[in-house]
Amino acid sequence: MMSKIVRTQANFLYPFILIFGFYVVAHGHITPGGGFQGGAVIATGVALVAVAYGYDTIKKWIKKTHLTAAEGIGLLCFIITAFIGLSTSFFYNFLANSGLIFGNRVPYGINPGYLNTAGTLPIMNLAVGIEVLGGLSVIIMYMMAYGREVKQ
Amino acid sequence: MIFNLPFITVIIVMFFGFYAMVFRRNLIKVVIGLDLVESAVNLFLVSLGYVKGGVAPIYTSAPSTHMVLPTPQALTLTSIVIGVATTAMLLSFCMVIYKHYGTLDTRKVRRLEE
Amino acid sequence: MNPWDLIMNNAPALAIAIPLLGAFVTPLINRAGRKAMLVWVIAVLAFTEFIALLLVYQVNTYGIQVYVFGANPHTLTVPPDSGGIPVRIIFTIDGMSAFTALISATLGLVVGIYSVGSEKFQTAQEKFFALLLLLVVGMMGMALTGDIFNFFVFLEINSLAAAALVSYHLNKGKAVEAAFKYAVVSSIGALMILFAIAILYGEYDALNMAMIAQRMYQTGFSTYDMIAMTLILVTLAMKCGAVPMHYWVPDGYGEAPGGTSAILVVASQASLYGLFRMSFTVFGLSANTSSLGWFMIILGLLSMFIGVTMAFLQHDIKRLMAYHAVSQTGYMLLGVGVGLATLGTAAFNQYGLYAMEGGIFHIINHALYKGLLFLTAGAIIYRVGTSDLNKMGGLAHSMKFTAVFFLIGAFAIAGIPPFNGFASKLMIYESVYQLNPFLAIVAAIVSMLTLASFLKVFHSAFLGPKIYDVKEVPKSMLFAMSILAFFIILFGIFPNIAIHYLVAPAAHALANPLGYITKVLGGGA
Repeated sequence: MMSKIVRTQANFLYPFILIFGFYVVAHGHITPGGGFQGGAVIATGVALVAVAYGYDTIKKWIKKTHLTAAEGIGLLCFIITAFIGLSTSFFYNFLANSGLIFGNRVPYGINPGYLNTAGTLPIMNLAVGIEVLGGLSVIIMYMMAYGREVKQ
Repeated sequence: MIFNLPFITVIIVMFFGFYAMVFRRNLIKVVIGLDLVESAVNLFLVSLGYVKGGVAPIYTSAPSTHMVLPTPQALTLTSIVIGVATTAMLLSFCMVIYKHYGTLDTRKVRRLEE
Repeated sequence: MNPWDLIMNNAPALAIAIPLLGAFVTPLINRAGRKAMLVWVIAVLAFTEFIALLLVYQVNTYGIQVYVFGANPHTLTVPPDSGGIPVRIIFTIDGMSAFTALISATLGLVVGIYSVGSEKFQTAQEKFFALLLLLVVGMMGMALTGDIFNFFVFLEINSLAAAALVSYHLNKGKAVEAAFKYAVVSSIGALMILFAIAILYGEYDALNMAMIAQRMYQTGFSTYDMIAMTLILVTLAMKCGAVPMHYWVPDGYGEAPGGTSAILVVASQASLYGLFRMSFTVFGLSANTSSLGWFMIILGLLSMFIGVTMAFLQHDIKRLMAYHAVSQTGYMLLGVGVGLATLGTAAFNQYGLYAMEGGIFHIINHALYKGLLFLTAGAIIYRVGTSDLNKMGGLAHSMKFTAVFFLIGAFAIAGIPPFNGFASKLMIYESVYQLNPFLAIVAAIVSMLTLASFLKVFHSAFLGPKIYDVKEVPKSMLFAMSILAFFIILFGIFPNIAIHYLVAPAAHALANPLGYITKVLGGGA
């Protein structure tokens, strides 16, 4: 556990990092960024809190099994989305321009960015985001746990 | 000359990376050297994608002849993702080696030849 | 659309999608119990094997197959609005790809069955099997892809999964040390390949192998191509374990758990496939194939000779076999190198193609018998607990089946007639002799030395008085070994089965880069 100043700063920054990360994930198909980048940003938030509070405190808040589950669910969502298009071809973008969810056309010209476009891409971005935030956070958690074991 | 600056940087960073990998005796520094080489390759990929006067392909109203192809960025991103996985794995190996050997000195981590 | 059509149309994609899905689901299924997880893994591997057989059938019946991810229809390689450039990720399957994919899937299945028994008492088995499936994904992807950047990605998947598998038995940190070495070496290699890919991309504005080959043919072979080619070929030669870049092989193979060394052999052969694919299809039209061929021949000679002589010094059974793997890789490089050196001349049809067939036939033979030998070594270590040959002895009394399987593998690797090693080695000797008699002489001498080395191993491990009071290994391990032994004998007695259906299409596919390019760039709606 680090000093009070560091912990307060971490408390303050944590929600902003999470929101920024989710923003990057959700807007992955219309702005630079995407699932991996957003997931990595969220994982840095987890890392910040983990460093500020130390492993003993944080392991009560964040369970490794939940993170592993997030990793598995993200991967499954990704590959199942790819499988659904199989009747045409693997990874086929069956939602694009279909009028269903995420099925609108990208408007031409200056616009504030419509999220409801691009077909399967946002779904895959979300899946990758969940997977990366789980994967990177669990790496940090395991490394902290193992580091303690090595020290003792 | 000034336009070759990114490529010169690539060579310099790569040289430092290889230097660290060959001459440093700490396994963590070997991993850092590997990361330097990787950054150099990524920089090379990104600088290849630079087009003078090009427009990022996220503006729908930009003239299509000026838009740059986003492929080099996509390649770099993939390479960064792979690099994260490699680095994480190598650092975990370092932790296990430190636990069992009590050192990260490459001169002492030599039980395989016995 | 009915399921059969779905599978037939999407076979190339399913070849990687199924093991990938399997790897992701394995940790989740493990919560339902170990047995369910094992059934799932074996089922996924068996289905992958089925898809690989289907690919071989499709290639033999309908010619080169292309599969474009996300396209409508899935054979649309060059979309009408792309300006004549293949923009999407394309899998191109010709005889050689299908051949490599089949070997990868087969050894994956065999090692999967074997590991059910051999890893029974380990922790975190679901991770082991997930990594095994990922390794299969990496190998299949390397074999099937028609895009150099994808090739790099699958190479990295292959290396990461393999390195993690090597470290699976910590073995007081020794296995992790070997895995660290393996991971560093393969990462540098992969980065150099990425550097070469960047050069090629900057020069030709394309990532598709066929497109690069065509543009290189049109503009001529430049200095940049030379740099890229050197980087790619040297790296892949290192990854397939050719001397003088073989130093990671004995560590990696030697410390890998149980039967996993057997699949590492195939993982190296996927790099060998990459070496052949790059030198024939991508650079074959433009570069000087004669000097490239001699580069491979010299690498092959060095590997054969140094590998076998180093093997004599070893007293660790797995390290010894690893040096023999280096030595056998030399035969494949020699055979295919002779084919490449004579490509486009009259000599190619006289003996060059025959040498290539010998070299390619040796790939599958090596996967089978070296796989079997590593599995027997794993069986011995599983029961005896040591890999030191000086501490073993008298195992033939208690492990009769293992001893028989070991003998089959040893005779096959030494090229004794009723086994498959003889068939491919004979093809190599006969054809290589016509290019230069010296090559055939070295190959024959190395073969004899191999036999001597394996007789030594058999003597010190299996003969002599009974030291260890051990039982035979579990049935799943014996079953896995018997599959490989069956194919060794089958291909030894009827080599024409393998040559007709697998090897000849592969050799012809490699020798015909123009057919590959035309198929990919021909549009194909």
